[in-house]
Amino acid sequence: MALEHADVQRAAHLARLGLTDDEAARYVDDLGRILEMVDMLQALDTEGVAPLAHPLDVTQRLRADEVTERDQRSRFQQCAPAVENGLYLVPRVVE
Amino acid sequence: MHDKTLAELTRSLDAGDFSSRELTQHLLGRIDRLDGELNSFISVTHEQALAAADAADAARAAGKAGTLTGLPLALKDIFCTQDVKTTAGSRMLDSFIAPYDATVVEKLKAAGTVSLGKTNMDEFAMGSSNENSHYGPVKNPWDFTAVPGGSSGGSAAAVAAGLVPAAIGTDTGGSIRQPAAFCGITGLKPTYGRVSRYGMIAYASSLDQAGPMARSAEDCALLLNAMAGHDLRDSTCVQRGVPDYTEELGTALSGLKIGLPSEYFGDGLDPQVEAAVREAIKVFESLGASVREVSLPHTHYAIPAYYVIAPAEASSNLSRYDGVRFGHRCANPVDLIDLYKRSRAEGFGDEVKRRILIGTHTLSEGFFDAYYKKAQQVRRLIRQDFLDAFEEVDVLMGPASPTPAFDLGANKDPVQMYLQDIYTIAINLAGIPGMSVPAGFVGKRPVGLQILGSHFTESRLLNVAHQFQLATDWHRQRPALAEENA
Repeated sequence: MALEHADVQRAAHLARLGLTDDEAARYVDDLGRILEMVDMLQALDTEGVAPLAHPLDVTQRLRADEVTERDQRSRFQQCAPAVENGLYLVPRVVE
Repeated sequence: MHDKTLAELTRSLDAGDFSSRELTQHLLGRIDRLDGELNSFISVTHEQALAAADAADAARAAGKAGTLTGLPLALKDIFCTQDVKTTAGSRMLDSFIAPYDATVVEKLKAAGTVSLGKTNMDEFAMGSSNENSHYGPVKNPWDFTAVPGGSSGGSAAAVAAGLVPAAIGTDTGGSIRQPAAFCGITGLKPTYGRVSRYGMIAYASSLDQAGPMARSAEDCALLLNAMAGHDLRDSTCVQRGVPDYTEELGTALSGLKIGLPSEYFGDGLDPQVEAAVREAIKVFESLGASVREVSLPHTHYAIPAYYVIAPAEASSNLSRYDGVRFGHRCANPVDLIDLYKRSRAEGFGDEVKRRILIGTHTLSEGFFDAYYKKAQQVRRLIRQDFLDAFEEVDVLMGPASPTPAFDLGANKDPVQMYLQDIYTIAINLAGIPGMSVPAGFVGKRPVGLQILGSHFTESRLLNVAHQFQLATDWHRQRPALAEENA
């Protein structure tokens, strides 16, 4: 499956990753060759094979619905780029 | 002092030959002197190390020392360490001071170990050469023109260079085993779920696993004892008892059935690497093991399947770096989308962007079945290859990498670089444990023998490696850098 410039720009937008047109052009080439390598999978017959998401056959452990974490907001916000009154600051979203 | 194993250091500490503080000071001095050029550390935590060493010495004096008390080690900079910069080798996290300890770090601290600092790595563990670090490439201590391997290249180089007796790494597609092979040390990737991933910065969550890197299999066993175990904070960490991994270390290998996967001795394998690996296998035969050829027929689909699954998981995991809650933020964003896009464009390096784009593309509408679902189906076939092989044999052996360490700057092409991981990547897809142990040299550059077992057979793997190390001295070879006195 060939990859085009627009595919790279679309993926970059979905991933919220800024790319210049020059960078996108370079990634068209790189990603195209990676996908070409990946396309080898299509040659394999996997009819009826269940997808494997996790290497061990285990079920997700459940726990009681209880509060186990304490509030550490101010500590965790120490590594944030911009906070005020316990809130994360971002550019205005709603006018 | 700096070329001893953990087991030897414990005996010296117990005998009072030197204190943990003296040992720690000696190694910190070596790091300060030698690591400028080697570049194996991103952060060296002098003060915390000396404080931990003093606490360990006090515990020993009070008769409360455990098997790891007072032993220095280093942590790959992918493990969150409270109040210490934790970067994952990325500009994105250059200012990130972790507010908590990863479970692995917590356990190693509780065991009395002394962390000397955080080791260099490929950015977000994406790479096989350590050339993808924001903090610059690491050199191979055996040959400064060669790479140390990756992504745990800093951990491997620091141990090989005699800067620290052991280090903790992570392995998503070979990132413990391949650098261990390239640097001539012993490394273990445990079974998926054996060690908690909590606080270990995520790359591909269904593949990532932490493990020990050290100078002997015995040392890896001692470290795994402290690292393994169930953790409520990682839902994929298995609820299963942790054996004493040193317990089987005395078991003779007579009757051991070794399988050699024919696909691991095919085209692309350096003949000198092959010769060293076959010599190593003869040692096992002399110890009473039997050897037969086996087949892992889907081996060549492992790299393609991995390069769908790992980037898909990475694109999802790395969406957390938004420039809002932590990590790099661009200057003067005009709106929220601009904030996201520029913060991520500036914070991530080239290889990380490549994998985010591949993962986003293959997961996007119209492509999901052809790529992601297909790769997961192939993943099941790859795991089945191993399950079938372990019906016939106890362990599999082969090279950890098709070549010895390659030259810095030699692999410019991403696909060529990916193909280097042909012998390690399938192991992560299957979730089984694997080790690399030193087994010779090609010129100055070490060769690693890879030993694989079925799920949760770490005790057996460690003993197989240990018996080999009792019969050989490849693991005792040191580069000139580590032999240097003082």
